[in-house]
Amino acid sequence: MKSEAKTVIIGGGIIGLSIAYNLAKLGESDIVVLEKGYLGNGSTFRCGTGIRQQFGDEANIRMMKRSVELWKGLKEELGYDVEFTQSGYLFLIYSEEELEAFNNNVRLQNRFGVPSRIITPEEAKEIVPPLNTDGVIAAAWNHTDGKANPFKAVFAYANAAKRLGVEIYEYTEAKDIKVEDGKIKAVVTNRGEIRTGRVINAANAWAPLINKMAGVPIKIPIEPYKHQSVKTEPIKPGQIEPMVISFKHGGVYMTQEANQGGVIGGYGLKYGPTYDITPTYDFLRGVSYRFAQIIPALKYVNIIRVWGGFYAETPDHNAAIGRINEIDEFYIAAGFSGHGFMLAPVVGEALAELIVDGKTDKPLDFYDPYRFERGELRGQALQMG
Amino acid sequence: MTEEPREKIIICRCNDVTKEEIEALIDRGITDIEEIKRLLRIGMGPCQGRTCLPLVMGILARKTGKKQEGIPLPATRVPVRPVMMGVLAGEMGDDDEE
Repeated sequence: MKSEAKTVIIGGGIIGLSIAYNLAKLGESDIVVLEKGYLGNGSTFRCGTGIRQQFGDEANIRMMKRSVELWKGLKEELGYDVEFTQSGYLFLIYSEEELEAFNNNVRLQNRFGVPSRIITPEEAKEIVPPLNTDGVIAAAWNHTDGKANPFKAVFAYANAAKRLGVEIYEYTEAKDIKVEDGKIKAVVTNRGEIRTGRVINAANAWAPLINKMAGVPIKIPIEPYKHQSVKTEPIKPGQIEPMVISFKHGGVYMTQEANQGGVIGGYGLKYGPTYDITPTYDFLRGVSYRFAQIIPALKYVNIIRVWGGFYAETPDHNAAIGRINEIDEFYIAAGFSGHGFMLAPVVGEALAELIVDGKTDKPLDFYDPYRFERGELRGQALQMG
Repeated sequence: MTEEPREKIIICRCNDVTKEEIEALIDRGITDIEEIKRLLRIGMGPCQGRTCLPLVMGILARKTGKKQEGIPLPATRVPVRPVMMGVLAGEMGDDDEE
């Protein structure tokens, strides 16, 4: 292990790796990524695979529009197939009230070039043939949203970063951060000390622990909540291509994996704050019941796997991304509240620009880590798929 | 005697993963069983790794020179056997709706 590095990124999930890759791409050298387990094991490998631009606020829409542009080119850029497909996102709408909210969102999304639209239940059924449209009055549909393979995306970023000289240390845990007079001196790990002047906290659910080590003086409330996902045996391809979402059914989301054919998804049941991610029987029952209401034929499909993961939540369900002014060269990109995977390409690009160029054209102000301290929360971002 | 084509040796029968794919990944330096599992989806099919995991551990031990007992088993997931959704959903009524 190196004993000195210009930049130490703490967290080997897709956010940390995307930041490492993008920094190296902008010409930064001497970058180290620390991961306390194996790559992706925190939140990335447990996510629901979805990538969408259908948000209800300008910043997330613009960020995700850029992110999708990047996702489209990742296979070529990183030299490894991340299995990104634009299979769309379909939000089922059951009431006039919901319809009005989605109408407003669609108008906003269209203004920023996202081609979402409201469609009829019949059109929704054409997109997802086994869909139960009972009670559905409309749906919000965007064919340019999609999904990708979290496992492959992590390795694609890791390998591309390594090719640019980034060193990645797995099973290496940050234990302490030495700061003197507002300047970072070193990161202490279970494998020794790395002298450095710059730290990026990309530890998501564990980010508060890293902030504490560095003595970050402001309040950045990030708490880990257990969410669970399920995967079924493969079914006939092309049945549930988009991510299908219903708020009426407790925030259920589901999609059929493009290559594997199994249905993957979950719903809004959460536990916490906790670092325990043991799966629960209540979730298995609840998710089965909800899946079967939306796609009745799923009653006859076997569940082969259930697993737990984290949503590292902030009070407004938006991440904290930016510079911590009190500590020279300390940055944070954490608290993704379930959106880290989809945002990773653009977050890496934006933060790298901020660090190297001192500015970025992406709306990072929205994710200002100081907003909690000021009591100024953003509109709640949809937490879904 | 003609040599058996290696790509035809299936190690994971749920997800059709071949011995050659596993060896190629290990040759590229990926020797963490959790990572091999996720990149190739061994142990992630309906059999929950009953067939493939012992074989993969054997290949990994042989290629890395580690003792098989020294390689940690990857996380296993419930349900131990596939369960039909209708069975789990059946007992719930509308009262359970959030």
